[in-house]
Amino acid sequence: MKSVAIVGASLAGLSAARALRAQGFGGRLTIVGAEPHRPYDRPPLSKEFLAGQMTTTDLALEGDGEDLGAEWRLGVAATGLERGRSLRIALADGSAVEADGVVIATGAVARTLGGDLAGVHTLRTIEDAAALRADLGAARRLVVIGAGFVGAEVACVARTLGLDVTIVEAAPAPFARALGPEMGTALAALHEDHGVRLICGAAVRGLTGEGRVDGVLLDDGRRLDADVVLVGIGARPVVEWLDGSGVLLGDGVVCDAGGATSVPGVVAVGDCAAWFDPALGAHLRVEHWTGAARRPATAAQTLLSGGAAVPDTLAPPYLWSDQYGMRVQFAGHTLPGDEVSVEEGDLASRRFLAVYRREGRMVAVLGVDQPRSFTRWRRRVNEPAGAR
Amino acid sequence: MIPACPLAALPRGEALRIETDPPIAVFHTEDGELYAVDDTCTHQDASLADGWLEGCEVECPLHASRFDLRTGRVDAPPAKLPVRTHQVVVQDETVYVVPSDLPPNLPPGVRTGSA
Repeated sequence: MKSVAIVGASLAGLSAARALRAQGFGGRLTIVGAEPHRPYDRPPLSKEFLAGQMTTTDLALEGDGEDLGAEWRLGVAATGLERGRSLRIALADGSAVEADGVVIATGAVARTLGGDLAGVHTLRTIEDAAALRADLGAARRLVVIGAGFVGAEVACVARTLGLDVTIVEAAPAPFARALGPEMGTALAALHEDHGVRLICGAAVRGLTGEGRVDGVLLDDGRRLDADVVLVGIGARPVVEWLDGSGVLLGDGVVCDAGGATSVPGVVAVGDCAAWFDPALGAHLRVEHWTGAARRPATAAQTLLSGGAAVPDTLAPPYLWSDQYGMRVQFAGHTLPGDEVSVEEGDLASRRFLAVYRREGRMVAVLGVDQPRSFTRWRRRVNEPAGAR
Repeated sequence: MIPACPLAALPRGEALRIETDPPIAVFHTEDGELYAVDDTCTHQDASLADGWLEGCEVECPLHASRFDLRTGRVDAPPAKLPVRTHQVVVQDETVYVVPSDLPPNLPPGVRTGSA
């Protein structure tokens, strides 16, 4: 393989470039990024960066003097992938990049509610975070739509800034998709302790205001006053540019357990990729930081070996969140019906460690302010039942 | 020299956090060696004493960068800077730490009380 193009210049793309070089790839390497920035770290955008404790410089993912010997094409999105004698990536400025191998790392974009009222935000990029921070500084009331981790972290920062905060969630419990309803409710208590109003089981009918948002209208007829609204209803993978390319798409790019797509010489990593997870027996698109940082090493092996390499065992998905000085950590994947038990601490103290089991096998672990125990429990996720 | 704990209070495979400014983590490896480094990961605010100790390395509990306890060197991102190391002395069955004179590599947003 003489040339590789990486499409996407965030954590997954950068990690792929590092892995390719570390595994001895000495050919031409091109990195395409839709955003104008060098790779930067997104998790602080809803935490320290939003709170003003970190600067843009602090977000840089590359080390001082790090040189991957790559050609960077930043600020230009990919618009198509064509297969001929080589692979050809068409770019939005009309140019193209040709390569023998392609790493798809185009990530995801925030889902929106549509409309163009001022004061309505999503949070995905540096620009999003800067705009939200500026708006929060002048606001009294924040409504967060969607009780996921990004929304919860923004709620937390807004509370420390003194804002009145309401979170609205359509599902019966917050954080339910990631943590299940039982532990989602337990974590919600942490927010209520800190004065956040949480409304669950309420769908949003629309936003009100002329020019600028002034409220959120719920399906049950209630109206919540708002100076700022954060829409935190998840993200969708950026894969439209692959329509017609032959790359099989489902919820993102469908990949095997080594990151290979349906097209030879093309692998996919990060938020846009749905790898087959053998422990789950299904494809799963994982939007967590750790997967974007670690899986590219496996995908690079797959690419450089032409698919002959046996993929490493997948580490279970892992996420962390900082809320009111508490560190929330979760590893694994939970499904409806899993049994959950608190193994250390207790829910009332808001410091606990909970284990999720399916047919006797531990499939996930949640730690709230229990980092040391979590470090140990995390290693046992997906061990066969009765191994210890 | 700062007293950390009685040697008997730190079994092999365990770690202890000393509430100095900035905090220091003392590790007792499975091989019986004692090491001390700054407790805070150089990437983000996480306690290395809470991390996974394997051989002479500790893995940060938050993002899995691994630090060599002998040199402070970090093996892989996200951490980019080494963690500061300190000398450990055992006297009369007590573990002491001799804090380094070098400046620490603390993550953004984390400052020492004196800074």
